Amino acid sequence: MSQAAFQAPAADADPYKLGGSRKLRGGGGGHGRGGHPEPTGHGEGGPASPRVIVGYGFWIFLLSDIIMFSAFFAAYAVLERGTAGGPTGHDLFDLKRVAIETSFLLLSSFTCGLSNVASDARSKWGTELFLLLTGLLGAAFLLLEVQEFREMIAQGAGPERSAFLSAFFALVGCHGLHVFAGLLWLGTMMAQVLVKGFRPHIMHRLLCFNLFWHALDIIWVALFTVVYLIGAGA
Amino acid sequence: MLGKLTWNAIPWDQPIPLIAAAAVGFLLLGVIIWVAVKGYVPYLWREWITSVDHKRIGVMYSLLGLVMLIRGFVDAIMMRTQQAFAFRSGGYLPPEHYDQIFSAHGTIMIFFGAMPFVIGLMNFVVPLQLGVRDVAFPTLNSVSFWLTASGALLVNVSLVVGEFARTGWLPYPPLSETAYSPGVGPDYYVWALQISGIGTLMSGVNLVTTILKMRAPGMGYFRMPMFCWTSLCANLLIVAAFPILTATLAMLTLDRYLGFHFFTNTAGGNMMMFENLIWAWGHPEVYILLLPGLGVFSEVVSCFSGKPLFGYRSMILATLWICLNGFMTWLHHFFTMGSGANVNAAFGISTSLISVATGVKVFNYIFTMYGGRIRYTTPMLWSIGFIVAFVIGGMTGVLLAVPPADFQLHNSMFLVAHFHNVIIGSVLFGAFAGLTFWFPKAFGFKLDEKWGIRAFWFSFAGLWVTFLPLYMAGLLGMTRRMQHYDVPEWRPWMIISALGVIVILGGVICQVMQLVVSIRRRDELRDLTGDPWDGRSLEWATPSPPPVFNFATMPNVQDEEPYWTIKQRAIETQRLGDEPRYEPIHMPRNSPTGVVTAFFASFTGFALIWDIWWMAIAGLVAAFATFVVFAWRDENEYLIPASEVARIDRARRAARLARLEVIAAERHEEAA
Repeated sequence: MSQAAFQAPAADADPYKLGGSRKLRGGGGGHGRGGHPEPTGHGEGGPASPRVIVGYGFWIFLLSDIIMFSAFFAAYAVLERGTAGGPTGHDLFDLKRVAIETSFLLLSSFTCGLSNVASDARSKWGTELFLLLTGLLGAAFLLLEVQEFREMIAQGAGPERSAFLSAFFALVGCHGLHVFAGLLWLGTMMAQVLVKGFRPHIMHRLLCFNLFWHALDIIWVALFTVVYLIGAGA
Repeated sequence: MLGKLTWNAIPWDQPIPLIAAAAVGFLLLGVIIWVAVKGYVPYLWREWITSVDHKRIGVMYSLLGLVMLIRGFVDAIMMRTQQAFAFRSGGYLPPEHYDQIFSAHGTIMIFFGAMPFVIGLMNFVVPLQLGVRDVAFPTLNSVSFWLTASGALLVNVSLVVGEFARTGWLPYPPLSETAYSPGVGPDYYVWALQISGIGTLMSGVNLVTTILKMRAPGMGYFRMPMFCWTSLCANLLIVAAFPILTATLAMLTLDRYLGFHFFTNTAGGNMMMFENLIWAWGHPEVYILLLPGLGVFSEVVSCFSGKPLFGYRSMILATLWICLNGFMTWLHHFFTMGSGANVNAAFGISTSLISVATGVKVFNYIFTMYGGRIRYTTPMLWSIGFIVAFVIGGMTGVLLAVPPADFQLHNSMFLVAHFHNVIIGSVLFGAFAGLTFWFPKAFGFKLDEKWGIRAFWFSFAGLWVTFLPLYMAGLLGMTRRMQHYDVPEWRPWMIISALGVIVILGGVICQVMQLVVSIRRRDELRDLTGDPWDGRSLEWATPSPPPVFNFATMPNVQDEEPYWTIKQRAIETQRLGDEPRYEPIHMPRNSPTGVVTAFFASFTGFALIWDIWWMAIAGLVAAFATFVVFAWRDENEYLIPASEVARIDRARRAARLARLEVIAAERHEEAA
C-alpha cells in the first residue's frame, strides 16, 4: 500500500485484528478515541493502516456480494409457487442430506477460525492443517450438493422444468459456485503460507479469506432456512 | 471448434456497419502503427497501460468515456435522421438495423460513455482532494479500468461480428429470451455488461474504502470537499446497486443458455420480475451518474464565484437524501405495470421527494453565486447551463412522476426528451465542466477558452433544438423507438430535432477543436503555479501535473477549505510555511495484472457469446493464473528517496513563492 511510508508499522497494536488480544484493543471501540496510537482513517490521524484498509474494503465487497444473493433470494421468493405443475420443494428436498451438508459447512467455519488462531500464533503447520481440514469439509459439502443436483435432474426435476426449479438451482448453485471459488482461493493461500510464511500481506489475505468463508456460512444459514426448511415444510 | 461463429456472422450485405467498422479499424491500425514506428510502445506500456497511479487511470477512464461518447453520438445522428426521413417510407435504415442502433446508443452512452467519464473524474480528483497519495487498492483500480475497456471492446466488436441486441438498452424479456431473440445480440449485451460491471463494482469498493479510510490528518467528514461527498454517495450506490444488475443479467443468461425459466412467459416464469430487478439497479444508476456531476458543479461554482459553497451541510444532507431515496423510486419506470393505485401513489410521492433534494442543491448553487465575483470561464458556463437545463428537465420529470400523467406519457417521446434533457444537462455538462476545470491539473496546461465557450453554446442551443420538439411529439402521442410512422403532425418536430443534432455536432466539433488547439498552444497555456483558477481545495496545492506521490508531506487539514486557508495565510504573511523534513516515500509498483486479466476476459466474453467453450475455459483459467502470479510477487512497492522528494517539492515551493511575489506586486499597484 502506498500509505506505508507514513504509517507506524505497529501491526501488533492493530485494534481491528481479527481475534486479537483484548488487551491490545484498548477502550476506543475503534473510532480513534481510545488512546491507541494508530489512525483509523476517520480524519483524526490520517489514513488508516493497510490492514484496516484491506479488511474494510473486503467487508464492503462482501456486503455487495450479499446484495447479489439477496436478488437471487428475491427471485426465489417470487417464483417459489411457479412450479408449473411440476414437483415442489416438499416433494424434492431431503432434509437429512441437507442437515449433513449444513454440519459440514458449519464445521468448516470452525476449522477456518482455528486456522486463524494458528496463524496468529505464527504456527505454519497448524495453519496448513486447519486450512486443509476447512478445504476437505468444503469439498465434502460441495460433493453432497452436486449429488443432490444430479439426482434431481435425473428424476426430471432440472432447472428447465419450472420457474421454481430455475430459481432453486440458481440460488443454491450460486452459493455452491462461491464455495468452489473459495476452495481455489484456499489452495492458493495454503501454497502462499507454505512458500512465503506469515508476511504482512499474506496475513491480510488470510484475514480476507476468513471473512469470505464465514460470509458463505451466513448465506447458507439463510438459504437453509428459506429454501430447505420452509420448502420441505410447506 | 469455433462454436456458432462462421463467416456469415459478418454482415457482408450491410454497407453502413461494414464501412464504419472498416474506417474505425483503419484508424486504430494507423494509430497502432504510428505508435510502434515512433517507438512509443515502451513508454505507453510503462507509463500508462501498466500504471497503477490513480491520476493516469482516471485520465484513461475519461479518454475511454470521450471516445465512446462520440461513438454513441454517431448512433444518435443516425436515429434522428432516420426519423426525419421515415415518414410514410422506410427511411434508410432497415428495422433490424435501426433497432440495434437505438439499443447500442443507450448501452454505449450510459455504460461506456457516461460511466467511465464520471469514474475517471472521481479517480483523478478524489485522492488529490483528500490529500492522500493514491486510492486504497491501486492495482485493483487498474483491473477495474481494463475490464471496463474490455466490455467496451466487446460492444464494438458486435458491429462487425454478428449483431447487437435489438431489445432496447435494457433487454426486457420475453423479447430478449431465445424464443424471440435467437441471435447473439443479447449475448453481446449481457457479457459486455457483466465484464465491465465487475470493473465498476470493484472501482466502487475501491473509492468507498478510499474516502472512508484514507484522508489527510484532520479531514473529518464535515471538512471533505463536496465532490468527495457526492463521490462517496455515488460509489455507495455502485456497491449497493451493481450486484443487482449482475444477478439480473445472470438470470437472463441462464434463461438464454440453459433453458431456465426466470423471465419466460411459460413454466411459471415472471417477466415483470425482470423489470423490477433491472430498475432496482437502474434507478440508483441514474444517481450514480448524476451525483458526481453535482459534485463538479459544487466545486466549480464556488471556485469561480470566489466564495465558499453556500449551505455546505445542507448540501451533504441533500446528497445523502438522494443516495437513500434513489433506492425507493424504481417502480416509477413502470407505473403501467398495474400494481394498483396505492403502490403507484407511494412511488409517485417518493419520486417527487427527490426533487426536494435536487431543489436544495440548485438553490445552494444560486446562493453561492449571489454576491460573488463571478468569472464566466468555460466550466462556469457549463454549470450555469446545467442549472437551466436541470430545472426544466426536472420539472418534466415531476410531471412524469404523477402516475395518471405517466399512463399517458409512458414510453412516449416525451419520456425520451425528459431523460435526455436531464442526463445531458447534468451528467454531460458536469463531465465537460470537470474536464475543463481539472484538465490543467492533469496535463499542466489550460484548455483554450475560446473553443470551450463555443462548444458550450453549441451544445446548449443544440440541446433545446433537439429535445424540445421531442417533448411536443410525445404530447402528440408519438411513442419511442419507431423505425417509421405515418402521422403528419409528428413530421415537423422530427425535422427540427434532426436539425438540432447538427447544432450539437457543432458542439462536438468545437470540443475536439478545443483539445487540438490547446495541445498545439500548450506552451502559451502552461500552468506554472499549480493553481490556475485560484482554487480552494487541496488538489490545487499540488503542482500541475502532480508528482506521482501527489503530496510530499501530508497536509494538515484544519477547516472546510484547507488550501484556501493556507493560501490566504501565505499572502498575508508573504511567506510560505516552513520547509518540512522530507522523508522517502513508498509507492506501489506498476502491474500488468489489469491489462492481462482484461485481455483474457475479452476472449472469455467473446467465446461465451459464440459458444466456443474451450476458449471460454482457457480464458478463465488464464485470468485465474494471472491473479496467482500477481499474488506471488514479493516487491509491491518501490521507494522514492528523500532527496528526490525534496527536489520535486522545492521546485513546487519556488513556483509558489514566485506567484506570491506577483500577487504582492498586484496588490501594491492596486493600493497605489
